[in-house]
Amino acid sequence: MREKAVEIVLFLCAASSVVITIAIVGVLVYESLAFFRSVPLILFLTDTVWTPLFANPRYGILPLLNGTLLTTLVALCVAGPLGLVAAVYLSEFAAPRVREIVKPTLELLSGVPTVVYGFFALLFVTPLLQKVIPGLPGFNVLSAGIVMGIMIIPYIASLSEDAMRAVPQGLRDGSLALGATRLETAFRVVLPTAISGVAAAFVLGISRAVGETMVVAIAAGQQPNLTLDPREPAATITAYIVQVALGDLPHGSIGYQTIFAAGLTLLLITLIFNILAFWLRARFREAY
Amino acid sequence: MNQRVEVAAPVVAAGSDDARGRPIKIVNRDVNVWYGDKRALHDVSIDIPDRAVTAFIGPSGCGKSTFLRCMNRMNDTIPSARVTGTIEIDGQDIHDRSLDVVQLRARVGMVFQKPNPFAKSIYENVAYGPRIHGLARSKAELDAIVEQSLKRAALWDEAKDRLSQPGTGLSGGQQQRLCIARAIAVDPEVILMDEPASALDPIATARIEDLIDELRQNYTIVIVTHNMQQAARVSQRTAFFHLGKLVEEASTERMFTAPRDKRTQDYITGRFG
Ligand SMILES: Nc1ncnc2c1ncn2[C@@H]1O[C@H](COP(=O)(O)OP(=O)(O)O)[C@@H](O)[C@H]1O
Ligand SMILES: [Mg+2]
Repeated sequence: MREKAVEIVLFLCAASSVVITIAIVGVLVYESLAFFRSVPLILFLTDTVWTPLFANPRYGILPLLNGTLLTTLVALCVAGPLGLVAAVYLSEFAAPRVREIVKPTLELLSGVPTVVYGFFALLFVTPLLQKVIPGLPGFNVLSAGIVMGIMIIPYIASLSEDAMRAVPQGLRDGSLALGATRLETAFRVVLPTAISGVAAAFVLGISRAVGETMVVAIAAGQQPNLTLDPREPAATITAYIVQVALGDLPHGSIGYQTIFAAGLTLLLITLIFNILAFWLRARFREAY
Repeated sequence: MNQRVEVAAPVVAAGSDDARGRPIKIVNRDVNVWYGDKRALHDVSIDIPDRAVTAFIGPSGCGKSTFLRCMNRMNDTIPSARVTGTIEIDGQDIHDRSLDVVQLRARVGMVFQKPNPFAKSIYENVAYGPRIHGLARSKAELDAIVEQSLKRAALWDEAKDRLSQPGTGLSGGQQQRLCIARAIAVDPEVILMDEPASALDPIATARIEDLIDELRQNYTIVIVTHNMQQAARVSQRTAFFHLGKLVEEASTERMFTAPRDKRTQDYITGRFG
């Protein structure tokens, strides 16, 4: 009887999280549909200007998308190589004692509030970059992207390390017994074998960067800017959403609805990345 | 058996029938292995004849694999393992500081119990070692090495039309022959095999055994097996290990017809192990 009650309560808790998620997606889609009744989808996807709150508003998501992808690219340029090297070191070279200390520390790093990283970018990294790159504006994609990269290193390193450690020891032995060094074994046997798992780690890192908000909102500036130059300021989808959501928009207005259209776009992008990561990991499991 | 051997002038394997007249390839003297505090091998001294098959038999856990791994210094990769004693290949001490373990392992190949092809194509599996050691100057040379190695490992006919397909897609027996081809590709002198057929069905096992018999024309082979029929079929010399000690070593024929030690007799007649 008591058991049964516990089971029901637990089920309700589990079910409620699913229901809430579905409800959120429902609201996003519902409000976005209202938005797309006034703004044609094709215009939303192709217009190159995003000024929804101006007197003559334009609703092109491209500048925000561009800002998001550009910061993510910068982040990946930082986190990719460093995360990979860290993973190779931890998985193939670190003594077990070192790994036991470093791995949880890495995971702890992902608990640092992102607003801290944001101010780190704005108050430390940007001034530093300004010494190297003259004329760098106070808000810029580069600084935000670099710090975002630093932020996702632990994530990429930790997940990649898991994938590499899952490679059977027999393959390392096979390589070493052929006279390969540990470095050759790591890069020519272990890494290629774990490649789908490592790729999944990268994709999840990207997905995280895409959804990351505080760093870009604080350090990249908030003007939508269709540019490929990381030295310029730019707004990302997330930065736009916080900026506008904090403002005072009348419920049901088109400005209000842009939040949902932008949110839905973001959701779809991260969803695609997560599905890709899921697929890659499934492939990796199949192989080993 | 335990007296010091003059290494400079290779000695003839004494008491051997089939391997008689063969020079000694590997001289092992008082080899001990510890895993942490646990001693796994006690003063093992044995000569391995050149271009012949030497089988190590004995109950599970008696140190056969441990001893095998001494001869290409694979125990170096196990942090807790410590090896003492002298091992000389062609008169050269393999623990000598001037000896590069990478070169040693190119000379002394190894085939493992569980087939372990890399997650690469059949071609790339075989080409891996030659690439690492820079053995081929051109693609054509590499192709030739791959073909030659697969032929020697009796896999060419089955693999030649699917060289670009993954090695992991082969059957277990084919995978093991691929691993043999991979070892052969770096042109070793010695091939160590640790129960190479224990994961295979009887037909695949028979093929591997035939292959081993052919390979001894060109290579010094040491094979660990828990299968005494296999030892009798493929080897010229047999060594029996028990509880980390080398109990007895003789020509395979004598070992199986007239073992001297009581423990060997018991093992061979199936009374334990
Ligand atoms: N990596 C290792 N760490 C600790 N002990 C080991 C290790 N490998 C083998 N041993 C121990 O050494 C002994 C000999 O093992 P092994 O050489 O694998 O025997 P065999 O191959 O004859 O079955 C066993 O008692 C085994 O438990
Ligand atoms: Mg063994």
